[in-house]
Amino acid sequence: MRPRFQLLDGAFVERILAEAFQLIQNPGVRVAPYVVELLRGAGIEIEDGIAHIPDAVARRALGSVPHEFFLYDRSGRPAVHYGGDSVHFDPGSSCLNILDPETQQARAAQSADLVRLVQVAEMLPQLAAQSTAMVCNDVPPEIGDWYRLLLVLWYSEKPVVTGAFSASSLHTLLELLAIESGGADALRNKPRAVFDVCPSPPLNWSEFASQNLVDLARAGVPAEIVSMPLAGATAPVTLAGSVVQHAAECISGITIHQLAQPGAPIVWGGAPAIFDMRTGKTPMGAIETVMLDVACAEVGKHLGLPTHAYLVAGDGRVIDAQVEMESGISAVLGALAGINMISGAGMLDFLACHSIEKLVIDAEAIASAQRLLEGVEPRTESLATAVFAQTGLHGDFLKLKETRTLFRKEQYFPSALIDRGLADAGDGAPGILERAQQRVEELLSAYERRALPSDREQELIAFAQREGEKAGLEGLPGILQPDYAREPRLI
Amino acid sequence: MPDDTFSAMRQSIINGAPETASELAQQAVATGMAPLDAINNGYVPGMQDVGDQFAHGQMFLPDMMASAEAMRAALAVLEPELKKQGTQRTMAGVVVLGTTKGDIHEIGKTLVGTLLTAHGFSVHDLGVDVPGEKFVTKARELNADIVGVSALLTTTMKNQKGVIEALEKAGLRSQVKVMVGGAPVSRRWADEIGADGYAKDAMSAVALARQLMEQKTQSAVKEPS
Repeated sequence: MRPRFQLLDGAFVERILAEAFQLIQNPGVRVAPYVVELLRGAGIEIEDGIAHIPDAVARRALGSVPHEFFLYDRSGRPAVHYGGDSVHFDPGSSCLNILDPETQQARAAQSADLVRLVQVAEMLPQLAAQSTAMVCNDVPPEIGDWYRLLLVLWYSEKPVVTGAFSASSLHTLLELLAIESGGADALRNKPRAVFDVCPSPPLNWSEFASQNLVDLARAGVPAEIVSMPLAGATAPVTLAGSVVQHAAECISGITIHQLAQPGAPIVWGGAPAIFDMRTGKTPMGAIETVMLDVACAEVGKHLGLPTHAYLVAGDGRVIDAQVEMESGISAVLGALAGINMISGAGMLDFLACHSIEKLVIDAEAIASAQRLLEGVEPRTESLATAVFAQTGLHGDFLKLKETRTLFRKEQYFPSALIDRGLADAGDGAPGILERAQQRVEELLSAYERRALPSDREQELIAFAQREGEKAGLEGLPGILQPDYAREPRLI
Repeated sequence: MPDDTFSAMRQSIINGAPETASELAQQAVATGMAPLDAINNGYVPGMQDVGDQFAHGQMFLPDMMASAEAMRAALAVLEPELKKQGTQRTMAGVVVLGTTKGDIHEIGKTLVGTLLTAHGFSVHDLGVDVPGEKFVTKARELNADIVGVSALLTTTMKNQKGVIEALEKAGLRSQVKVMVGGAPVSRRWADEIGADGYAKDAMSAVALARQLMEQKTQSAVKEPS
C-alpha cells in the first residue's frame, strides 16, 4: 500500500471546482490583448479586458489536456513522468542571492554559483530534474533568463524546470533547447524542459504570461502554471477560498493554452502561500502554505492532470534547525500527496536565497520522503514466522541470509552528511553545516561534464555568443573566458 | 469632557471603527472643538498606539488596515473644516510612492501608503508598473520629500536603481530621499543602489520615513538654501 496524505474529500473538491467555474465566468478573468481574438473565437465574451469563460468552454479545454507526459534527459530517456502519483523533486528557481559557501552570508549570485549548483544537483539522485535556479548577476539583466538555461544545458543532462522573464525572450530559451535537442521537432517529440508560467493573483493573465501560454502550446513544449494566491492578501484568507482561486487561475490558463493548441502538455501547478498578518511576508515553511500546496494539487489530481507545487523551502536566513525543520516537513507531505514535481529544494529566506549546502541537506530529507513512499512491504512469504523458525529465540537475525539479501531494500543509507554515528563524536566533530560543505565538495570533485555532440555544442556557443553580444556580454561567464573567440578556453 | 472625547476618538482608531471615528469627528465639529485638537489629541495618539501594538505583535495587518480606514474617515470630516478655518495640518512630509516598472504587485506598497497617510504624511500613490521618469515628474511637481519604490520580483527590483538614476539625471536626487522595499529587497541591496533607506515592512517604513525627514531637516539647517 502506498502511503498517502490527503486534505480534501471528493465532495469538497467538487465544491471547490464549482466555485472556480463560477469565478472564471463572474467576475471573470483579466486577459491580455494577445489572446482576445483566440478566446472570442471560442465564444468567450470579453469586456474591458475581462474574459467571462463559460463552464462548457473551460470543461472542454480541461478535457483535451494530456493526463500524462514525460520530460526527457539529454540522451532521450524519459526521466520525469508528469502524471499519476509519480513524485519528483527539483531545486527552487530564479533566485537572485546565494549563501556564500565560505561566509554563509547572502550575496548576489554569479554564473560560477549556478554552475556549482547545477553540478551538485546533477550528482544528487534525489533530484530528478534541474531548475534554472539562480539569476546570474554577472550577466546583463535583459539576458538573465536564457543565460541560466544555457548554463544548465551545458553542465547537465537532466530535464529542466525553467521559465522566461518576458514574452520575447521565451523564443531565445526555446531556441537554445531546440539546438540542444537537435531541432524544434526533436524538442517537441522529446521535450527536455517544462516552462513555468505565472498568472498574477487574483485572476489576471498578463500580456507576458498569456503570450507564454500560447507560444508554448504552439511549440509543443510543456507549460507549468504556477498560480500563487497569497491567502489574505491577493486571495481569500481561508485556505479553501485560496484553493478555489488557484483552481480558477489554473482552469482559465488551461483554457487559453488548450485553445491555442488542443492536446498540448500543461501542468496544474503553483506556489501558493499564506500572507503572514504580522509581517506581510509569505512564509514557504508555514504549515498552512504546505496545506495550500497539497490541497491545490489534490484538485488537479481530481481532474486527472499532472501536478506541481513549491515546497522544501525554509524561511530562516541561515542554515539552521528552523529551515531544515520546515523543508523536511514539506518534503514529506508533498511526497505523500503524490505531487509530480516538487520545486524549492535549496531555498531559504522566503525564496530570496539559494544555498548549495542546504540543497544537499534537503536531498537527504527528500531521500527520506522517497523511502517513505515505498511504504511497508510484505517482502517475504511469511512476514516473521519463517525467520523465527530458523533462529528460534536466539535472536541471531544478523546471521540470516534474508537479512543480508533484504536489508538494502528495507533501509536507505544516507550520506555522511547525516550523523548516524559513523564518525567519531569527540571534540570538534563537524556540525551539520561543515558536513554539508564536505558533501558539496565531494560531489563537485566527483562531477564530470559530458560534452554535447560537437556540432550542437558549437552551435549552442555560437548562438549564445551572438545573443549575448547584443546585450553587451563579453565571453560566456561560467563557460568560456571573454577571449574565447580568439583562443577557446574552458574554465 | 474633552478628555473623554479624545479617549473615545483614540479608541475608535484602535478598534478600527470608521463609523464611530467619523461620528466623533462630526460631533467635535458641531461642538466647536478645534479640528487640529481632535486630530492631534484624539486620533493621532490612537494611530500611535496601534503602531506600538503592531510592533509588539499584539495587532495584525488587517487590524492596522481597519485603523487606517478609521483614521481616513475622521480626516475626511476634519480636513475640510481645517481648510474652512484657513488652518493647515502640518504634514509629516510629502511622499511619492509606486511599484517599479514591470511589476504589478501592490499590496506592500499600498500598505505603506496607508500607514504613511495614517501617520500624517501626504502620500501620492502612482500605482504599479511605474517608470522612473514618472516618479521624477511627480516628485518635481509636488516638491516631494521622499520617493518610495516597491518591487516584489527579483527580476524587477533592478528597476529601483533605475528610479534613482532617473532622479539623478533630472538633478533632483539631492532634494529627495529614496526609500526602497519589497520581498526580495534587502538593506544591502538598498546600499548597493544608493538608496537612502530600506524598510522590511510597512510599519518600519513609517519609522524610516520619519527618520529620513529628520535627516532632511537637519541637512537643511546645516545648509540653508
